[in-house]
Amino acid sequence: MSRMFNRINFTRVVGLLLVAIAAVSVSCSGVKMGNGAGNSAAGSAIRLQGSGASFPKPIYEKWVSEFGKIHPNISIDYQATGSGAGQKALVAKTADFGASDDPMSDDDMKAGGGGILHIPTVLGAVVLTYNLDGVKEPLKLSGETIADIYLGNIKKWNDERLKKDNPGVTLPDADILPVYRADSSGTSAVFTDFLSKTVPAWKEKVGMNKQPSWVTGVGVGAKGNDGVMGQVKQTPNSIGYVELTFAKANNLPAAQIKNKAGGFVDASLESVSAAAAATVASMPDDLRIQITDADGNGAYPIASYTYILVYKEQSDAVKGKALADFLWWAVHDGEKFAKDLHYGPLPADVVTKVEGKINSMTNGGKPLRQ
Amino acid sequence: MAQTGAIGDKIFRSVVLIAAASILVIVAAIFYMMAQNSIPTIERFGIGFLIGREWRPAQEQFGALPFIYGTVVSSLIALFLSVPISLGIAIFLVEQAPKRVARPIAFMVELLAAIPSVVYGLWGIFVLAPFIRNYLGPFLQDYLGWLPLFQGRLTGIGMLTGGIILALMVTPIVTAVVRDVLEAVPTTQREAALALGATKWETTRIVLGNAASGIAGAVVLGLGRAIGETMAVTMVIGNSPQISASLFEPANTIASLLAANFAEATDKIYLSALIEIGLVLFLVTFVVNALAKLLIMSVAGSANSAKHV
Repeated sequence: MSRMFNRINFTRVVGLLLVAIAAVSVSCSGVKMGNGAGNSAAGSAIRLQGSGASFPKPIYEKWVSEFGKIHPNISIDYQATGSGAGQKALVAKTADFGASDDPMSDDDMKAGGGGILHIPTVLGAVVLTYNLDGVKEPLKLSGETIADIYLGNIKKWNDERLKKDNPGVTLPDADILPVYRADSSGTSAVFTDFLSKTVPAWKEKVGMNKQPSWVTGVGVGAKGNDGVMGQVKQTPNSIGYVELTFAKANNLPAAQIKNKAGGFVDASLESVSAAAAATVASMPDDLRIQITDADGNGAYPIASYTYILVYKEQSDAVKGKALADFLWWAVHDGEKFAKDLHYGPLPADVVTKVEGKINSMTNGGKPLRQ
Repeated sequence: MAQTGAIGDKIFRSVVLIAAASILVIVAAIFYMMAQNSIPTIERFGIGFLIGREWRPAQEQFGALPFIYGTVVSSLIALFLSVPISLGIAIFLVEQAPKRVARPIAFMVELLAAIPSVVYGLWGIFVLAPFIRNYLGPFLQDYLGWLPLFQGRLTGIGMLTGGIILALMVTPIVTAVVRDVLEAVPTTQREAALALGATKWETTRIVLGNAASGIAGAVVLGLGRAIGETMAVTMVIGNSPQISASLFEPANTIASLLAANFAEATDKIYLSALIEIGLVLFLVTFVVNALAKLLIMSVAGSANSAKHV
């Protein structure tokens, strides 16, 4: 009796398995057919693969789609894998271009065999967002007070130093909960770069890093901009740092930050551009620069460029030409999409410098554009 | 059915043998790959990797103890909360409930198992964390505040929240296995107990006694699930590598650390450290699952032999 039952069960299981296998193979072949048809229709399609920073993903996707309308034979795929992974993918040649929020280090450039160009594309900023009931006017923070909050030296919102910077604001007698990025991130790099420049104690204890060693017992970590935002939104009396584009898109409150000139400045496209303008003169030939704590009255102090990384010498003439054309289009026509997506467009002087870099791209020693 | 003869048997035998062997090969290959790739940190830190308390990738300092601690404690909280509830559900379904009640409840439990973990995580941030901060936390501090477990500030994010989320995720699995185990206990035992004048409660105790090793297997299976969970835990545990007596303080688990950092680990020694801590997790999970399998096999075996008597 039980044997009979087992056999029926066994047959049924095998039958189900066969159905499942059939379903999977049908769906797989369907995908394959779709791809094949797409390829043949596009003719001599050029495919470029990019990977790297997640911060510029929205504008890179916009560029890819707009550029694709003008050049239907060029398709570009951008994977937001993170700045570190972008640098790695470029050096490993698994991507035609990499993208990174912070410039590559000298060591990494050397390890990459040299000849890597840094093309700044747009400007971004990091804002401090907070959850304070009843506080309507934007909070005013300086490098010192931010550092002390994240070092655990300022524990309460009604701390004397916070009150001094925010006259007229009723700050609650509540514990501050700092929220930081638990994953490695260009946002953390820019944030800690600013604090390292302005606060010696920070430089000594934590320093500038994509994944700094946060002081144990102070605050909580969250994954990604959305993780930090979720935590801050849900936890009263918390503070966290996120990218400007992200804060704007989600209407988060953002603190005014004290800049080098001593004024408290809102994070905006204007103040970020002011920070870039103030540093154009000191931009090195390879265009690798940190623009935190910039001079100038209107400059927002936690700003940064984001870069596309390419090899100067391109091994494939057709792909190299397409890549150079894309970059040229991006820093000229592409910049007009920046503002709507809350990125700062490049200053004109920087565009001129970038033109020189793009024109220096070669294949077999021959310039790709011209 | 058509007869297949001796050749059919041989083919059948080799097919299943290959299937069985492949799983051994896969496990061995994973273990070998991980051990191979974690050699840099094993050579450099040795046992210090397992007992160190500082995790600072930027300074190339790797102490995995806070993560091991967080993994074990959050899993224990999960089991402490979910096992009694799971047992209750399973006993109700098998011993008490009429069929038309049992079916929908069993269905709901299975539904819980199908919810993606990121949804649990979101629910944790938006519902559970505020609930702990505003109601459960203050309540525990009022009545049990003298315990170091419940001292410290209340943010709603931390070890306890992570443990409760895990408990929710473990419950359907433990319930399902315990239910199967209870059903494997022969009805004749219940009839015998009832015939001797035992009450429902006394009968259930006898059934539970006979199913004990199977229930233990279910618990260990649940533990395996809790140990390996990533996304939901990352979202509510606070991701801070510290060892604190308070359950309200943020902590971190191995699986959560790996989920948050593996993609961006470009440094060779950092990658090696992450793979080594993954190896630790692999070994713990391996042992736990092996134990569960042995226990379940033993209860199934004894239940079968009871049937044939």
